[in-house]
Amino acid sequence: MHPSHPWNKVSGPLEVTDSTLNIACQAKISPLAPRAASTLRTRKSAGGLVADEPLWLRVLLIGSAFTVIGLLILIPLVYVFVQALADGWSGLIKNLWNDPDTRHSIWLTLSVAPLAVALNTVFGLAAAWTITRFQFPGRTLLTTLLDVPFAISPVVVGLMFVLLFGMQGYFGPLLRDHGIKVIFAWPGLLLATTFVTLPFVARELIPLMESLGAEEEIAAVSLGANPWQLFWRITLPNIKWGLVYGLIQCHARAIGEFGAVYVVSGHIAGQTDTMPLRVEKLFQEYNNPGSYAVASVLTLMALLTLLGKSLLERFLERQMAAAQQEAQSP
Amino acid sequence: MSIRIRNITKQFGDFTALKNVSLDVPSGSLLALLGPSGSGKTTLLRIIAGLEQADAGSILVEDEDVSQQSARDREVGFVFQHYALFKQMSVFENVAFGMRVRHVAAAEVRTRVNELLHLVRLEGLGNRYPSELSGGQRQRVALARALAVKPRLLLLDEPFGALDAKVRQELRTWLRNLHEEMQVTTVFVTHDQEEAFEVADQVVVMRQGNIEQSGTPQDVFDHPATPFVMDFLGHVNVFHGRLESGQMHMSGFAMEYPEYQQTQSRDATAYVRPHEVELNRTPQGETSLPVRVVHVNPAGPVTRVRLLSDVFGAALNVDLSPGRYHELALRPGDQVFATPKRVRVFLPEDYAI
Repeated sequence: MHPSHPWNKVSGPLEVTDSTLNIACQAKISPLAPRAASTLRTRKSAGGLVADEPLWLRVLLIGSAFTVIGLLILIPLVYVFVQALADGWSGLIKNLWNDPDTRHSIWLTLSVAPLAVALNTVFGLAAAWTITRFQFPGRTLLTTLLDVPFAISPVVVGLMFVLLFGMQGYFGPLLRDHGIKVIFAWPGLLLATTFVTLPFVARELIPLMESLGAEEEIAAVSLGANPWQLFWRITLPNIKWGLVYGLIQCHARAIGEFGAVYVVSGHIAGQTDTMPLRVEKLFQEYNNPGSYAVASVLTLMALLTLLGKSLLERFLERQMAAAQQEAQSP
Repeated sequence: MSIRIRNITKQFGDFTALKNVSLDVPSGSLLALLGPSGSGKTTLLRIIAGLEQADAGSILVEDEDVSQQSARDREVGFVFQHYALFKQMSVFENVAFGMRVRHVAAAEVRTRVNELLHLVRLEGLGNRYPSELSGGQRQRVALARALAVKPRLLLLDEPFGALDAKVRQELRTWLRNLHEEMQVTTVFVTHDQEEAFEVADQVVVMRQGNIEQSGTPQDVFDHPATPFVMDFLGHVNVFHGRLESGQMHMSGFAMEYPEYQQTQSRDATAYVRPHEVELNRTPQGETSLPVRVVHVNPAGPVTRVRLLSDVFGAALNVDLSPGRYHELALRPGDQVFATPKRVRVFLPEDYAI
């Protein structure tokens, strides 16, 4: 690689964007599940343990934790914004707005991600309902298959779709005859993003619905509720916060998805470049200010998602504490 | 509304929950399904409600076959063991739910809910949430909710199982009164024989997916049809021996059993309830068994005495009235004589005529 190639110079910020998102996406502990409470308790007792250790050890442990987090996360994160704002706010806005391809990439990400989230909401609800409320052969297999999108490398996912829907693929000729373009087009982006974010909602809802049990639903049916009334009046109110939590995680992953989208998009500027792809392309074109500008917006979205997630967690913890207090008082 | 249960069979994998069960529940009756866990009583209740599908057989409600109807259409009020109240709804909305999903007019809903809250003595608690109620109150909300839709049948699954003894006692009496007022055909499941006898006017004892016996509480208690029923309805003393010419012989001791007069001797098991044994300081003829007092528990309405027969090496439980206990002034170690006043003998099945 050429020594002045941007990849060599600053590989940090890009990875940071990615890892920030991973924190947002992969912290899968649900605030609604009982294990969240036990995590809290462990944290408290761990605090007591540290206090018993000698001072030098405490300083060393806490110091090294802060050093690692600072070096790997905080500094690069700040650096993205410092670079993006190198020419001031006007420079940032110019970099974002004056480039039509960048503008298009923002629009594309903001339309593909919510659509993927919407699709996964419907799918996640259906899957969680099926798995927790019915006994059928292949139920365990279905639960296992749900994790496949987490396990497979996103690049392989992209490749898979190209092999299926590309010109040389199984369905390619058929789709072409009907004038439908999936690969190197918008439907491909949606398909890849949906696939990669598929498990989030279902994974959040399955343990929640299992712990809730079906008793309330059975009671509602015996009182004459039809499936529609059952869902809107009983199931949804019980799972709404878990669902929102799953949606936040799903959204965080959807806006940051790179690998799978990279393969299916064909990288056509102004047509199939999403924000992460745009960041990478601007880098390749030695357009550092432009790249940092898009990266900063992407990072900001991730931070806002994180903020939303922790606000929701705090709200739920408070609700849980209130519910426990209520349960304890006679 | 009467219920007719015809040849119901239900299998869960390898486990047979119900084997060809048939039962009639007369209109307006209050019937208890009594049995240990795994006897199929709850499964039968859920099949009547339509919450579970039978593998074979049919359920008729007032001559109408409802076997193929979904739970939604059966117009059955079901009360769950753990209440299954809607956590996200107030007490008022819980009770109103069945009418809301049927699109009953709001004014009518309000009138009916208030009526029911009055009936279950929860007036003024309509705005509370289930988490703010005690167990007994929750169970009454569950009942009001089930009654709100004017069900043809009321089905209760271990309705008082999760409550403490005092509340349970209150609710039993209350359910009995409520039933007399409403006259709706009611079936409830319980594993507590005392509860079944106190509340129900028909008791059905179940065991391993079969109906062991059914009848009035008096019938079932006084004339248990099988050793299982005898054993299930409270403590019982069991003796093994041989039956011959109106007497039950055990090693060195005999009991009168006039129902069997044949001279041919055969193996049999005799059952004696603890309160149907008399204790005396002196022997009362040949049917008295010398026993030694091991333990006396005078707490409670009856005095429970535990005795040991040196002849058999077997233990014997006897319940005495407090008056009789003071007369005898029993102490551990005393030698007394036990005379069974009433013996039930069950012959092994292969001898059955």
